[in-house]
Amino acid sequence: MQEQPDGLIAELQAKNPKAFERIYERYSESTFGIINSIIHDKHLAEEILQDVFIKIWNNAEKYNSSKGRFFTWILNIARNAAIDKTRSKAYKNKQKNLTTEYFVDIIEEKTSLSSKVDAIGIKKYINVLKPYCKKIINLLYFQGFTQAEASEELDMPLGTIKTRNRNCMNKLREILTS
Amino acid sequence: MNLNEYISSGILELYVYGALPEQESIAVTTELKKHPEILKEVEEIENALSQLSTAAAPYNPEALLFSIQQKITNKTNTATVREHPASQKKNNLVLYISWAASIALLIGLISVINQRNKLRENINAVSANNVQLEEQIDDAQNNAKKTKELLNVFRNKDIISVPLAGQDVAPTAYAAIHWDEKNKQVYVDAKDLPKPPQGKEYQVWSLTLEPLTPTSIGLLSNFNEDENKIFILENPNSSQAFGITLEPKGGSKTPTMEQLYTLGVIKNS
Repeated sequence: MQEQPDGLIAELQAKNPKAFERIYERYSESTFGIINSIIHDKHLAEEILQDVFIKIWNNAEKYNSSKGRFFTWILNIARNAAIDKTRSKAYKNKQKNLTTEYFVDIIEEKTSLSSKVDAIGIKKYINVLKPYCKKIINLLYFQGFTQAEASEELDMPLGTIKTRNRNCMNKLREILTS
Repeated sequence: MNLNEYISSGILELYVYGALPEQESIAVTTELKKHPEILKEVEEIENALSQLSTAAAPYNPEALLFSIQQKITNKTNTATVREHPASQKKNNLVLYISWAASIALLIGLISVINQRNKLRENINAVSANNVQLEEQIDDAQNNAKKTKELLNVFRNKDIISVPLAGQDVAPTAYAAIHWDEKNKQVYVDAKDLPKPPQGKEYQVWSLTLEPLTPTSIGLLSNFNEDENKIFILENPNSSQAFGITLEPKGGSKTPTMEQLYTLGVIKNS
């Protein structure tokens, strides 16, 4: 269990380059995964990841802990940067058919060993998630949909999105701790 | 506020997703500063999402750090002054990164080999176990088949069942004979006969009364080894009674009446 490294974040905000390195170490791989799940292109994902961390360095003082988690702050920057890219003309021309729950495919195809998490272990169980769980987590978390947008996209009543997502996340947490 | 209800409402997941409007987000932050249970839940959710996202990364992007640092310093410093120390730093860093990468690769390879060996051992153990299980299943199937046959015999209404009561030599002995007259077969249930002593065997006799004429119908061979103690013998005779005597191994021509263990007469219905 990792807590939010508040001291480190304060150092980052004070423009300490060492703190930046440690923040990078801590958050870069998950951020890379978020970007990759949206953009579906390793090479572009690398580019975006670099932009995102430059932004984190330049705008660190804008993070306000009363508004949310540092993880969420980075998530927002990464998601926005990646989604912006998917809207660019060059990208649209390149990519046509994207499967919707791409994060599942990536994990299933993953072969790299150099990861901080046991991706092979996760890969074994990720398909235990119900199809609607994959959809709901993809939309709300990776694609940054609001509840209303997800409700429309999934054709689910707005009132049930929150609890369904909670159930799906509980399942995911079970998978990750097993 | 009911903490459990609050946690299970699903609002915390949306908080970590960044899917809540700003005012609601600020409200959640206030709550999690007040309640350690909420903070813990948020940390667990964040942790799970972090793992999930990390699993979706193509690889650990450690190597990109240097290029990011360069872009940052290029922006903040005017290029000329720091050129020399920066390039030296670069060399050291490249060296460091290559060493780190080689060591990581080596460790990775060793752990893969270890895992492979362990898996092999596991497979061997599992397949040995499998063979044993298959044998057990076979045995069980054979037993079940036998039992089924016997059940059919006992359910057949044409079968004549004769209880054989214990006699003087062995008052507590008991046996039963189920005679399938049509198929000329008897099923001897000898579960309650005492173990025959070394060198002796039970012999089963078909008797006709007046005059008393015994005809041997067979031996209960391998008595001790037989598990269910049910023996199937041929009986072509028109029997009126059955008896079991203890005889020397191989049987006798006529029954040794002093060694008559059980006897039963067929009741004419």
